[in-house]
Amino acid sequence: MTVFASSAPVRPARAARVRRRLVGDLTGWGFAGPATFVVLGLSVFPALWALRISRQKWNGIAPPKPLGWTNYQLMASDPDLFAAVRHTVVLTALFVPLSLLLGLLIAIALNQPIRFVGFYRTCVFVPFVVSAAVTGILATFVFNPQFGIVNAGLRSVGVAPQQFLESPSQVLLVLVLVSLWGSVGFTVVVYLAALQDIPRELTEAALVDGANRRQVFRYVTVPQLRPVTVFTAVWQTITALQLFDIIYTTTRGGPLGASQTVVYYVYYQFRELQRYGYASAVSYGLFAVTMLITLAMVVYARRRGTEAF
Amino acid sequence: MAVDRLDAVRDDAPGPVERAATAPVRRRRLPFSPWHLLLAPMALAFVFPLVQMVLTSFMDDSEINRFPPRFLPRSIDLGSTGGRGQERASGYVGLLTQTPVLHWLLNSAVVATVAVVSHLVLCSLAGYGFARLRFHGRQVGFFLLLGTVMIPTQLLLVPTYVLFARLGFVDTLAAAFVPWLASAFGIFLMRQFFLSLPTELEDAARIDGCSTFGVFWRIVLPLARPALATLAIFTLLGSWNDLVWPLVAINDESSYTIQLGLANFQGTRRTQWSLLMSGNVVATLPLVLAFLFAQRQFVATMTFSGLKG
Repeated sequence: MTVFASSAPVRPARAARVRRRLVGDLTGWGFAGPATFVVLGLSVFPALWALRISRQKWNGIAPPKPLGWTNYQLMASDPDLFAAVRHTVVLTALFVPLSLLLGLLIAIALNQPIRFVGFYRTCVFVPFVVSAAVTGILATFVFNPQFGIVNAGLRSVGVAPQQFLESPSQVLLVLVLVSLWGSVGFTVVVYLAALQDIPRELTEAALVDGANRRQVFRYVTVPQLRPVTVFTAVWQTITALQLFDIIYTTTRGGPLGASQTVVYYVYYQFRELQRYGYASAVSYGLFAVTMLITLAMVVYARRRGTEAF
Repeated sequence: MAVDRLDAVRDDAPGPVERAATAPVRRRRLPFSPWHLLLAPMALAFVFPLVQMVLTSFMDDSEINRFPPRFLPRSIDLGSTGGRGQERASGYVGLLTQTPVLHWLLNSAVVATVAVVSHLVLCSLAGYGFARLRFHGRQVGFFLLLGTVMIPTQLLLVPTYVLFARLGFVDTLAAAFVPWLASAFGIFLMRQFFLSLPTELEDAARIDGCSTFGVFWRIVLPLARPALATLAIFTLLGSWNDLVWPLVAINDESSYTIQLGLANFQGTRRTQWSLLMSGNVVATLPLVLAFLFAQRQFVATMTFSGLKG
């Protein structure tokens, strides 16, 4: 290299390069930095902190006491947590298939060339903007055992009035209906977009080849919808596992703890019992299980040849 | 224009339902598409609770508590202030005079405004940075942001509360809007949008001597209106309807958001239905109106986010 001859002119060039890079970095982080700082500061940082808290006994006031993994061991012998897990499993097992089926059915119907489709679509989507607090009050009103309109409807067809949200055996089912009301709009939108993305040539070719409409649906539409179904199933599973708002605004875990889900249990341990460490441990447990379920669903879909992500 | 069509349709919307009920059942051909038999009851189920909410908000409490329940109010009752000789506060009058609901609405408006403005500014800056600029740590930063999507809210409850307590945010509106200052979703949305733009315009502006920020502000941002609209709606819905963060970090009634206020009515005024229903209407009306006027943008936002629990 021509180190000797050009050492003097090189230095300013390298300084200029370093400066240009510095300016580039400063500009880049000037753009990306503030939002990145806020998002990471309110997610990664607290998540790591929660891991630390989960290994402590702490009520938020007294100095925290390190416990090692004791909080995680406690989870294995907590009957209330088992009950919460059971309720969460029931909710998820009902909510996910129903929201997929209902979403698909409504999307197919809204995709037909019939009158009033715009009106129907508006009706299906409006609940999406309604908050959980409002939904909760509405649900307790509509499903009120004494004067609720649902019981009035049942009575008019000769069915005895039900206790709904006040019955330990019915409460989870009613909560599934209420959450479906607020969130089916999302599955409908996703399926509708997917249906409209199916190339016309495919269905037309099948029709030309002599397939009837049922066969077209079975052998053309369904396979085309598989990736979006996997995606929606994963998404709705995560939603169901973390159901909290609706429960807080309707039953607050009652009656007799019959609607206490894992996330509600986390909130209860944290706010009512001030067991910060145990609450964090349970939330980490749920996080781990959610990740495993998600992973299992994606791997299963891949094995069957569907790339959803 | 979408709204005009909807209104025109809504006037005669019950048509097919009535016909469905009265028309003699013929085997072969219904006078309308059979899809209406699915869609009409569905649409009714989605909209009915909201219609009942509005109608009930104009009833007095004795009318609400009757069995069988009444659907249409006998007369329009705006409620009373309650107190001396009268019964409890009820309806809109009771809501506005006897509860701090106006204050809560104002709080929610402040939270939503801060959230939307901050989201638009921070996420579009960061989205542009990650899409177009080259700087050190860009990939690591973006990778970390991607990862945060998997962190569930319940994991953050305890540490975020402790963090807010140390920063002095507890019982202030900051606790409600700080979690909504920016989001990974927002950054992705803007980044994807900027990546989809051709670079020629920016290159031309650059050659003409425009600074990086000038390119962003004068050239790119005006093109990003559709993405910004989606982002604004996402943030508006999320921050206006948010319950978890106010619930965890705000105990002082004067800093309640409207959602937290309503959720806590469930405990304190659980049988004052006319009051609760008026509160529901007041909290929901702004979003429903916005939805009816900008349905297309809302649907785009729904497709993109799946937000709401």
